[in-house]
Amino acid sequence: MGEMEQLRKEADSLKDQITAARKEVQDQTLQDAAAGITVVSRVQLKTRKTLRGHLAKIYAVHWSTDSKLCVSASQDGKLIVWDSYTTNKVNAIPLKSSWVMTCSYAPSGNLVACGGLDNMCSIYNLKGKDGNVKVMRELAAHTGYLSCCRFLSDSEIITSSGDCTCVLWDIETGTQKTVFAGHIGDCMSLGVSPDFKMFISGACDYTAKLWDIREGTCRQTFAGHESDINAIGFLPNGNGVITGSDDSTCKMYDIRADQELIAYQDSSIMCGVTSLAPSVSGRLILAGYDDFNCNIWDSLKAERVGVLAGHDNRVSCIGVTPDGMAACTGSWDSFLKIWN
Amino acid sequence: MSGSSNILAMKKIVQQLRFEASINRVKVSQAAADLQQFCIQNALQDPLLTGVSSSTNPFRPQKVCSFL
Repeated sequence: MGEMEQLRKEADSLKDQITAARKEVQDQTLQDAAAGITVVSRVQLKTRKTLRGHLAKIYAVHWSTDSKLCVSASQDGKLIVWDSYTTNKVNAIPLKSSWVMTCSYAPSGNLVACGGLDNMCSIYNLKGKDGNVKVMRELAAHTGYLSCCRFLSDSEIITSSGDCTCVLWDIETGTQKTVFAGHIGDCMSLGVSPDFKMFISGACDYTAKLWDIREGTCRQTFAGHESDINAIGFLPNGNGVITGSDDSTCKMYDIRADQELIAYQDSSIMCGVTSLAPSVSGRLILAGYDDFNCNIWDSLKAERVGVLAGHDNRVSCIGVTPDGMAACTGSWDSFLKIWN
Repeated sequence: MSGSSNILAMKKIVQQLRFEASINRVKVSQAAADLQQFCIQNALQDPLLTGVSSSTNPFRPQKVCSFL
């Protein structure tokens, strides 16, 4: 038998081993475990604020840790930092490239980042000495579009790219600290664990991967989706991973059990999931879809308990404030809406 | 040569699979119970779940009373 053939056999055998090991711990389903609790009562959120100002499709939004400011990115070529309480624009940052796909707010509140079809992640300092917001660093090395970025601190950021890799950058030196390779499709989204030790990535190879940031290794791979994973996030408990896909479903995987626990789907939903965010207790999952709506799911019972209807085009991004007070949706209709 | 780089790539895949196969797994019943407990314990601190009164809602300023 040739070496290649031997390796293929070994790979198949290992895949079977993993499947068997997962089955072995599947002594119950989440459905059965949650049989005793009742579905949450209907969640009716209202639009409290509409943030108007972008002139084109909004592709991303990210809350600041203060739960008041948020940054949004639009293909009108602007990053806008909003005071969501007053709807005032704190900063309107013109971008070199208008083809932006993602943005992120640093936990400190000092920096914001964005990137897109320019294949770069640009870091902006909001607290510069003369009050002007300027590009602080341009992180260039990806050979594909920047789909997502998340700050670990003012000195480190993680990016995901259409070149199938994720990268941990040293912002000071502008260099790559670690390249996380393994996906065989465009990486579309990433989420950092609450303890900042791990991150998860969702890709067009239909899988989600859990990475150890310091070790630089892929710990686990979660399959099951039947199309591109567009959105991914951690549940606040740090063990649950939620994914949203073009296959019109969202799934929840558990890291410790190394498998899918439940799927959020409905035969009436036939369009892709673009974005998702958990509520602060993890009980609600808000998911944005291509059909202009956002569905609210009871995470334990997998039932739809609410809808956010109000946008006139695709909901492209969604985020819940760190204090859990409100959700923000961003849309191709150029508006952001704050709900609670 | 593309032949040997394919083998190298395959070796990496096998190595990664070995690593992923070796992790310890917790029973689903345990994972499910812990998840439920987390949700229930934090339910009261989840404004989207419990609702927000207008007096505590930063997005819904109270109507100001003015002396005429």
